[in-house]
This record gives sequence, structure tokens and C-alpha cells, in this order.
Amino acid sequence: MVLNTRIAAACATVTVIAGAADARDNVQVAGSSTVLPYAAIVAESFGENFDYPTPVVESGGSSAGLKRFCQGVGENTIDVANASRAIKQKEIDACAAAGVTDIIEVRIGYDGIVFASEIASNSFAFSAEDWYKALAAEHYIDGALVANTYTSWNQVNASLPDQPIQAFIPGTKHGTREVFEEKVILAGCEEGGYFHAMLDNGVDEDTAESACMAIRTDGRSVDIDGDYTETLARIAADTNGIGVFGLSFYENNTDKLQVATMNDIIPTTESIASGEYPVSRPLYFYIKAAHLDVIPGLKDYAEFFVSDDMAGEDGPLAEYGLVSDPELAATQDNVANEVTLGN
Amino acid sequence: MTRSLLNVDARTAKRNASEKRFRGYGLAAIFVAVLALIMLMTSILTAGLSAFQQTYITIDVALPEDQLDKSGVRDPAAMAKVTTIRYAKVLKQALLAQLEAEGITTTLSDKDVAKILSKEAAATVRSRVLANPDLIGTTIRIELLASGRIDGFYKGRVTMASAALDGNTSPEALQLVEQLAERGWVETKFNWAFLTAPDASDQRPEAAGLGVAILGSLYMMFVVLFLALPIGVAASVYLEEFAPKNRWTDIIEVNIANLAAVPSIVYGILGLAIFINFAQLNQSSPLVGGLVLTLMTLPTIIISTRAALKSVPPSIRDAALGVGASKMQSVFHHVLPLAAPGILTGTIIGLAQALGETAPLLLIGMVAFVREYPAAYTSDAGLFGEASTALPVQVFNWTQRADPAFVERASGAIITLLVFLLFMNAIAIYLRRRFERRW
Repeated sequence: MVLNTRIAAACATVTVIAGAADARDNVQVAGSSTVLPYAAIVAESFGENFDYPTPVVESGGSSAGLKRFCQGVGENTIDVANASRAIKQKEIDACAAAGVTDIIEVRIGYDGIVFASEIASNSFAFSAEDWYKALAAEHYIDGALVANTYTSWNQVNASLPDQPIQAFIPGTKHGTREVFEEKVILAGCEEGGYFHAMLDNGVDEDTAESACMAIRTDGRSVDIDGDYTETLARIAADTNGIGVFGLSFYENNTDKLQVATMNDIIPTTESIASGEYPVSRPLYFYIKAAHLDVIPGLKDYAEFFVSDDMAGEDGPLAEYGLVSDPELAATQDNVANEVTLGN
Repeated sequence: MTRSLLNVDARTAKRNASEKRFRGYGLAAIFVAVLALIMLMTSILTAGLSAFQQTYITIDVALPEDQLDKSGVRDPAAMAKVTTIRYAKVLKQALLAQLEAEGITTTLSDKDVAKILSKEAAATVRSRVLANPDLIGTTIRIELLASGRIDGFYKGRVTMASAALDGNTSPEALQLVEQLAERGWVETKFNWAFLTAPDASDQRPEAAGLGVAILGSLYMMFVVLFLALPIGVAASVYLEEFAPKNRWTDIIEVNIANLAAVPSIVYGILGLAIFINFAQLNQSSPLVGGLVLTLMTLPTIIISTRAALKSVPPSIRDAALGVGASKMQSVFHHVLPLAAPGILTGTIIGLAQALGETAPLLLIGMVAFVREYPAAYTSDAGLFGEASTALPVQVFNWTQRADPAFVERASGAIITLLVFLLFMNAIAIYLRRRFERRW
């Protein structure tokens, strides 16, 4: 008898655990660690002001988030993927193969990428060309690639201070790295005429681009695979260091960091919104349209995210460092009408 | 020289010297270990103890009906439509009124004055009003969180000099708060909310707490205890007492020893594949976390249980068998009770190890921003099925946040975790001292 009741209890436990795969009542979000703080701010406000539970927001990176997003449709998959870059065709195909065909793309605003150094050290006024010259592995000089021998900033550009070159840039797993390579290093390569010199000498465009974007590996440039907090710690330890940060991170640490100008433009939400400051990128999140009718609050969350109260110019996201999107109204319409990618 | 015990000959002197040297090495080793521990503890305690203090500002808030309940009928649904943005405006008015009443003048803009209060404050007032609609139209005296920078000023993290460079506060704001403090409106006191409140976003470090993380860790420990202990003990009793000694049991034994050394992240990958993708359990849930940690803890428990069973002298078994007990009776009536303290110690140490584990939880979605307290059981999500985080995960999360106030929170979370671990290890030691028998 005792044994029987025990078996019954064990069976009951199994049923209880098996029942775990039932309906989910909260929104699940994963993806970019750059978007994470914004998503957390929205999720927090959403939980406070709506009758739905606060969405669960995970980080892990844009690629990892989109990969999980594309695992399929169903309550056991995430509803929203945050990304600090646009979804790639490869990822759209992977999604479609798993049955995720209707994806709503939502651009929430722009994120500025800034260069900052220790507050007590020299101040810098960079151009993209300076960065290319300082960090490229090889320079194209007189028809040949020559290894980069610059060791201090004033060798790169006489107007820069005499300070050893030491840069802390995001590691290759970060979306920020791509933006840095394209909008700073490659742009500098083009500005300085190196890119065109290569093309003129018969180098094909792809090879020229990758030659431009190869970063030196002699220790003058250090990849940071962790977060901006790690970059900050490295700069605190090595005051010659110059780090790459998101604008919002810098704005929260203005007592420790000084920001460098780019083409004499100081990075602020205004100068980025107007496009004067060149290094910025759009931030997105992607919604699984098939989940809109299944997961309670998903649409409200998306609408709340892009509402003027949140993503608008005076909203908390802008206050935290998001550069609000001038075309926010169009985004709001897209979300309200559930316009999917490709439509 | 005559040989005598009183004269030390060369060989003895050499041996004595070598012993002395060895003792020196030993002491040096202990010194290094203690130094490392002291350094660790000092850095964590200096950074983290302030997390257990929090600064509050008391203000009298008028709750005007025309702003918070326009219809005037106290309809809960209509009142819930009034967002925290509206409440923040009400708070700003209240704060300005308070400054005027106290005769405090400032050069700050109204917007910057409002920034001395936490963004959480509006939510606090709103939930207070929604819980008690009769408050509308009255003025309530309420204690609200000061913003992270103001709090940091009272903890020494923010100074006038750093505030001058800081985009989020200013020396004027700090002076303003000091004037409020002189009049008794500002108080720094023990921060219970740090242990009970849920996590908060990057804009409100002052409101972030460990409530969800502690609950999540607790649920996971339940799962681990109720699965790993019976399975581990059954496996070890069988292997130790009943199983024949042959090649198969040898293979099993080697494998268990190997599993104990497998990096914990591997269990996370396993958990993702089996529990989430195959068994369709909820991601981010303490159930999945507990199951993964159970897998991780099992080898530890089996190994320590087997050691405890081995240490029970064979004479006990022989005596029981000699008076006619069956093998099972001898095990359950005599061997297991005598081995119990050792088993429990091993289990608690295994649990403590599981409590501090982060890596496997990364892969099953527990490294997340979660603000809802997970319920132990709901009919929707099942047992321990609601999303939650865990203590070590919260530490990991907070160290990545941009706002410097989270450094203190992260260290505070480490202190909390260490207290839990210390408590568990103390229980293990107590059980061993109290019940262990030596032969």
C-alpha cells in the first residue's frame, strides 16, 4: 500500500513537470547586449504600466539572439530578437527553413560609437584616416603593402599628442566591431586615398577592402571580447589606452572618460541624429508575427517600445543614450499594422 | 668531539634544517592563501557593503484628482491607464512644492531637480495609489528612493568633484539634497529592498534587488536536493553494497569519477538539448536550471556517499548479517544511518557548489532581466516553471551594466551569495561534528 501511494505520488510529480510545457504568459526577448539596456528599460516600464507580466530579456549577442529567434515557431522559442545590426539574408533563410516566415523589423533608433580615453589624459581630435593609419596591419604605400610601423599618435598625425598608440576595440563577436571596421577603418582607408590607390593598381575591390580592414596584431590594438565595463577597466589600468564605447555607456561614465571628436564633431545624441557625427548604427528588434496572437502583451510591448513616451526624443531611452529615429512615426505605423519583412 | 645526544652531528643538523625549511614553505603557502583570501574579502566588502545601505528622500505628495483620475469615479481600469510618466510629473510638482515650503532655492531646472528622485519613485507612488484609490485627492507623506548618484554621494562614491564632470548629476543637485538632509528629509538606512526587490533596469540601479535571484536559487536548490539526493544515494548504495565487482561496475565507477570533472558548461549544453529542445520545458525556468545542476551535482554526491559508506566498518555489516538480518536490512538499519552524516555533508557541499554555478545557466536562458517573482507552482507553467534568474547570474549581469552604481550592487550580491555558502558549509560542519562516529 505504502509503495502504491509512493508510485502515485511519483506519477503525480511527473504529470506536474510534464504540464510545464503549457501556455506562456510573458514575452521572451533575447539578443544584442547593446540593445539589452534599452529593452530592459522598456520592459520595466511595460511591466509597471500594463497588466501583463514584465517581459524576460536575455542578452547574448545579436547573432546568438537571431539564431534562437530562427529556431522555430512555438511557445518554447523566443518572441523577439534584439539586434545591433539588420538581419542578414542568410538568417532570414534559416528562419524560413524553421517555419519563421513572418518577421516584423522594428528600428528603435541609433547608437553612436565613440572613442574615449581616461579623463586625466590627453584629449584627441580624430579623423577616420587617423584610425586607419594607426590600426591597420599594413599600409598601401607606393604599390605595395607595408607593415604598420607607427608607435605613437603624433606620427600618425602631427596634430595629435605624442602618446603611444594603444587601442581597445570590440572583439569580433560584437556587432560594434563591424561598424568600427566599416565606418572608421574602411572609411579612413578611403579618405586617405589608400583604397583608391589599390584599385588603381589593379587590386580587386574585395581584396582591397579586406586589406584596408585588417587590424594590426602587434599588441597596439587589443580586442575586448567582454563588455564596455572591461574596456573601461583596461583604460583605467593603462592611461594611454583609447577605447571604443557606445554613446550611452560613455554618457553614464562621463566622470571617468573623456570623449574624442571625430572630424571635429563631438558625439552627442543631436550630432548623431543629424548625421554629422559619422560613426553610428541603427538598432533593431525583430518580432515573430506568428506569436502576436498567441503571446499576450507581445504587440503591446512592441508598440510601447516605439511609442513617443519611450523611444521619442524626450523619452527615457533617449535620456539613456539612444539617438531617437527621425522616422519613428513610420516605425510606429509598421508595428501597428504588423508589416512583415518583404512586404 | 665525543658522540653524544646533546651534540648535533652534521647529518642531524642537515635533517633538522630541512625540516625547518619545509615548515617555512608550509607557513609561506598558508600565508599566501590567507593573504589572497584577505585581499578578496577586503575588495568585496569595501565595494559591496554599501549596497546594504540605501538613501531615501521623504516628500509630501499631493495626489490631484484632475491628473490621476480624471473621471473621478475611482474606476480601477481607468486609473490603471494613468502611467508612471504622469505620476513622475505629479512627483516633480510635489518636490518643487516641498523645496518652496522649506525655502530652498536652486539654480537647477525643474527637470534636473526631479532627477534627485529615483525613476522607481513614480512606480512606488502609482502602485500605492492603485492599491488604495481613496488616497487620490489627499496628500501623502511617502519615503522614496533617491537616485543612484545621490545615493552614491552619501556612500562616498560620488563627490562634488566627480559630480561636476558627471552628465547625470551636478554639484548643485548634491547641494540641494544636502539642504534637504539638513532639514531631516533625507535618510540613509538599511536596505531590505536589496534582498527582496526584483532586478531593475540600467536607469535605476538604486532600485535593483536580489529578490527574484534568491527565489530562483532557492527553487533550484529544492530541485537539486529532491532529485540528486535520492538518486545519488540509491546509486551509491547499490554500487557499494549490492553490485557485483566486475568490469561493468568498474566502467561505471570510472565514468562517475570522470563526470565529476566535466566542465559545468557541458551540462548546460546538455540541458538545452534535452530539457528545453527535446522535453519542451520552459526556458529560463528554475526547473530546467535545477535539473541541469542536478546532473552536475550527482557525481559529487555519489562519490562522497560511497566514501561515507566505505567508512562504515565491515564488522557492523557482519554483525547484522550474523544475527539473521537480510542484506537490505543490514544496509538500511545499520550502514545507512551510520553513513548519514557523511552523506549529508557531501550533499550540502554539492548543493553549495551548485548554488554558485553560473556557466550552465548561461545556455538555458537564466542570464536574463527578470522582474516578476517566479511562483513555485502555476497551472500554466507547472512546477518551478516560471522564468527566473539565480544569485551568481545576477552578479554576472550586474558587472556588465554601464552605471557605476551596479559595481556596488554586484559586490553586494557576492556578499549575499557568500553568506549563503558560509551558512550551508556551517550546517555541513555541524552535522559532521554532531553525528559523525569514529571507529
